[in-house]
Amino acid sequence: MTPDAQKVKITYREAMRQAIRDALIRDPRVFLMGEDVGAYGGCYAVSKGLLEEFGPDRIRDTPLSESAFVGAGIGAAMNGMRPIVEIMTVNFSLLALDQIVNNAATILHMSGGQFNVPLVIRMTTGAGRQLAAQHSHSLEGWYGHIPGIKVLTPATLEDARGMLWTALEDPDPVLIFEHGTLYNMEGEIAADAGAVEISKAAVRRAGTDVSLITYGGTLGKTLQAAEQLAQSGIDAEVVDLRTLRPLDTETILDSVVRTHRAVIIDEGWRSGSISAEISARIMEGAFYELDLPVERICSAEVPIPYARHLEDAALPQASTIVATVTRMTGGHG
Amino acid sequence: MADFLMPSLGADMEVGTVLQWLVKPGDAVKRGDIVAVVDTEKATIEVEIFQSGVIQRIVVPEGEKVPVGTLLAVIVTNGEGVVAAPEAKPKPAERAPVVIAPPPPAQPAPPRIAAKPAPEPAAPHRARISPLAMRLAMELKVNLATVKGTGPEGAVTKADVERAAKAPPLPTAAAPVPKPIEEPAPAALPKPAVAPIDHHTAMRKVIAAAMARSKREIPHYYLGTHIDMSKAMAWLQAENLKRPVTERLLYSVLLLKAVALAADEIPEMNGFWIDGAFKPGEAVHVGVAISIRQGGLIAPAIHDVGKKNLSEIMASLRDLVKRVRAGVLRSSEIADATITVTSLGNEGVESVFGVIYPPQVALVGFGKIVERPWASGGMVGARPVIMASLSGDHRASDGHRGALFLNTIERLLQVPEKL
Repeated sequence: MTPDAQKVKITYREAMRQAIRDALIRDPRVFLMGEDVGAYGGCYAVSKGLLEEFGPDRIRDTPLSESAFVGAGIGAAMNGMRPIVEIMTVNFSLLALDQIVNNAATILHMSGGQFNVPLVIRMTTGAGRQLAAQHSHSLEGWYGHIPGIKVLTPATLEDARGMLWTALEDPDPVLIFEHGTLYNMEGEIAADAGAVEISKAAVRRAGTDVSLITYGGTLGKTLQAAEQLAQSGIDAEVVDLRTLRPLDTETILDSVVRTHRAVIIDEGWRSGSISAEISARIMEGAFYELDLPVERICSAEVPIPYARHLEDAALPQASTIVATVTRMTGGHG
Repeated sequence: MADFLMPSLGADMEVGTVLQWLVKPGDAVKRGDIVAVVDTEKATIEVEIFQSGVIQRIVVPEGEKVPVGTLLAVIVTNGEGVVAAPEAKPKPAERAPVVIAPPPPAQPAPPRIAAKPAPEPAAPHRARISPLAMRLAMELKVNLATVKGTGPEGAVTKADVERAAKAPPLPTAAAPVPKPIEEPAPAALPKPAVAPIDHHTAMRKVIAAAMARSKREIPHYYLGTHIDMSKAMAWLQAENLKRPVTERLLYSVLLLKAVALAADEIPEMNGFWIDGAFKPGEAVHVGVAISIRQGGLIAPAIHDVGKKNLSEIMASLRDLVKRVRAGVLRSSEIADATITVTSLGNEGVESVFGVIYPPQVALVGFGKIVERPWASGGMVGARPVIMASLSGDHRASDGHRGALFLNTIERLLQVPEKL
């Protein structure tokens, strides 16, 4: 971005909407479908106004059957369309797990390479909005387990604006996880912001003393913690994974090799999580660079509570990150 | 409380394997007791203890190979309260509980001086060292056994190793130079069983390291002189006639005694070159180079040779040779020599200019006694003659003093009855 590039103020929600709108304009094969995406404008209001602009053929409300409309999306993709399927939350995506894992992820393989499934599935993930246990979980790590799909977790305005188009250009199924607390995040991006690459993690804050590795909804908390740590002389590096599958191991290891200490912040539960995978890869790839054991800050292993104070207590917070890093380093870099 | 550490049994010993503990927690020990048997790359050594007290805790179990300086056992020295030995194996994370308790009142049984092997399963002691610290220590040649950890739960981290690398090495008599550690995991890798040591190969390596270091670091100068041994041999023959066969003396004993007395007179020959300075030996402990049948050699010390009479030196020599052949030496014998004598007379050579065993500063060599024409007082006669040589460390002494030293040996050998 050049210094004099025009900047615009935008929210994550608007950035996502612009991305969809842009895709609908650029490629006639693209259409959006899901529960309440049309007349209602999407339950998080991402698709508000799109029905009026693009009409019911391209902005399609579906019956309340995740399995049916994800399956329809797979069929459309196999037949040459570029569908964007919206699932309300990751919790509900479990109803479409069969379509995603058994069909979308495997058809290329099962057809001996004859059929790609160029499908994009967007869904909301994460807690922090008092929506209780059936609308708040972070299951993107589960999807990160599945070969045959890609898993994106845009955590910045640029990624919200730019990941969708790159995902649509991918010949294989791509899942995009939008953390529910991010939709109202507001900031400035370049007016001409567009597609971004989706295979690399990004260092969001350079530092020398510890690598804080995170993604999605906890990126903001982690950056906030890093600023607090800087005040006590600990220079933390913040790595935004951006993509959980395939994991950009290279960027992770490159950071740990420089800082010799790693903390993974993951809103998912600790057991069998993506944080466990990252920790294992650090151990495999940078064992002799480690000066301290890898630590993880994850959600408490409970169904996410409804009550505000309990929900806050269950989730990784900037204060827990600060406390953990301070304890690890003995309070100095 | 005192720490009993893996001793340095020779300048180039880096690691030792605890073969056997001869004491167990609760046993009383006194200075000089043999408490453990340690296998080095050169030999099996009976290790003596230098504090008197009661063994509180054995830290390194039998079979474990650890670097020099590793804590082997903790001793409650005399005057301290008896510290309760932990019953169970402490978890690695735990510090040993330090409970000062009065001596048990019920059974004031005198603590045994342990002599028998006590197969006490010692607590595993796993040092907390980060992988990075371990790697750095190897790169920076820092002995991890001496590094104090300041990380979580006392873990040694990168910062600790870097700090240790900057600090000057701690000088000790037996280990004058910081040693590169070849074993990256001090006290960290409990070995399930004693790995058999190929002494022959290992010894060649150790000799290679010591001799290469000597020639690299020590500016040797060499002096030689022929010594008329007729008086010494005549006296010895007469003396041996008076003695029962088992107590007869070898002429080597005269040579050793003469060297020791000469070293007493010329103290620059007796001691160590450590950290850029000469440190005189507190007594004259003569290292005797003894070849080992399977190959290699070792130069254990006979202590205080100058103060021993010839019979005592003979007894010590006989004992030493026997134990070298059997491969059982004591730690003090390995570490204490202040000057070394090598004799290749039996092999038939007339002179030997040896390589100094660091950190010592002198080595005296003797060839075989041969009959030679010898001119004295205007007359030529056949005399038994031996070639004495000196390899001196020019940092510690000069040729002038070296010459005086050899002359002193010669002078002493002319009055054998006074030896």
